[in-house]
Amino acid sequence: MSGPALDPATRPALVEILISMADDEFVIGFSDSEWTGIAPLLEEDVAMSSLAQDEIGHAKAFYELLAGVLDDGRDADAIAYDREPAEYRHCRLLDHPRGDWADTIARRFLYDTADAVRLEAVAACSWSALADLVAKIRREERYHLMHVGAWLDRLANGGGEARRRLEAALERLAPDAATVFAPLQGEAALVEAGLLSAPMDAHEARWRASIGPTLERLRLPMPPAAIDPERGRLDHSAAFDWLHGEFTMVRRLDPVATW
Amino acid sequence: MVARARSSGPLAAASAAVDEAHVLTALQDVVDPEIPTISIVDLGMVGAIDIDDDRIRVELSPTFIGCHALGLIQTAVEERLASLGRQVAAVSSMATPWTSDRISAAGRASLRRAGIAPPSAPEDVRCPFCGSEDIAMDNAFGPAQCRSLFYCRGCRQPFEAFKPI
Repeated sequence: MSGPALDPATRPALVEILISMADDEFVIGFSDSEWTGIAPLLEEDVAMSSLAQDEIGHAKAFYELLAGVLDDGRDADAIAYDREPAEYRHCRLLDHPRGDWADTIARRFLYDTADAVRLEAVAACSWSALADLVAKIRREERYHLMHVGAWLDRLANGGGEARRRLEAALERLAPDAATVFAPLQGEAALVEAGLLSAPMDAHEARWRASIGPTLERLRLPMPPAAIDPERGRLDHSAAFDWLHGEFTMVRRLDPVATW
Repeated sequence: MVARARSSGPLAAASAAVDEAHVLTALQDVVDPEIPTISIVDLGMVGAIDIDDDRIRVELSPTFIGCHALGLIQTAVEERLASLGRQVAAVSSMATPWTSDRISAAGRASLRRAGIAPPSAPEDVRCPFCGSEDIAMDNAFGPAQCRSLFYCRGCRQPFEAFKPI
């Protein structure tokens, strides 16, 4: 498989958007899989494990498209596991320690709602392989949005400790909340080529409009504008170094093993 | 579905004629390892089939993108079709996206026999064991990506339902 017919100058921008979507799904999927066995309810143990499996599946499909575009001999596993931490392009929102259940729900709410807007922005793209994949992903993500929406309501309306923890989690994540929409290098070329419907800042505005009514109803604050949008996908934390060590551990034992 | 059968060619005499019906009949033997009562044909996973004198290409549409069973199913398809005397490639494709509407009537009956309610809107789900409408969803997520967990108050049994998607 290879990429769409493109002006060579547009190719790096296509790599950039594919790697950012793949790494976002990979990192949140791996983070959420950490709840397997220790979630606060058995039902949530099952739910988070299933959500994580969905996200890792989406990441794998994006990495496979990316492998075709890069055409440098690396397969999806090599791209997913064989990079140094600084080479990952997930957004800063996903770069916090797992934290407690409220942190997880707050992060998933901010990310899933933003991802839904971003998926819509590439749904009608000119490259059919990407459009087909995104159409399929959006069907699955509907379940994720329902799940996190129900939990956001439950924590926000739960009063006492539940609400306090949710408010604290949203406050911790607020500076990074909009980093899903950090500008991509060469995004104007993607818009020009029909791969992205509009620049990222327009999608950030649509995302804010989409979550406004929910936040208002639950009397929760709208996250502020990102302080330094240029650095939203480049500056990773020590929390990610630890996560990277975890998810590459088995691969590093024997990179050429067949499982 | 697309079938293309070329009747002539250097290998035509060596291998028996194969058409799409042969392939679909053979694939009735291939099941989802997580739901062994339903064939992948009735599950609606089989997309375009392309046949020529020396190869067969079958597109498989995954129910969920991250389904772990997909690799096993691809291998099972390739092994089952090997007897048709051609090189076989079973490839994952999202060109025809899988939706729960692709499950056949026979497939829906097979699911019920396995104790799994076929995909329906949550208010239309019935207990696969006793048919009761007096059911409740316990969890939208279940033991596999494609299933939710319900409880039947009629026969007091937990059961799984295929997710509508």
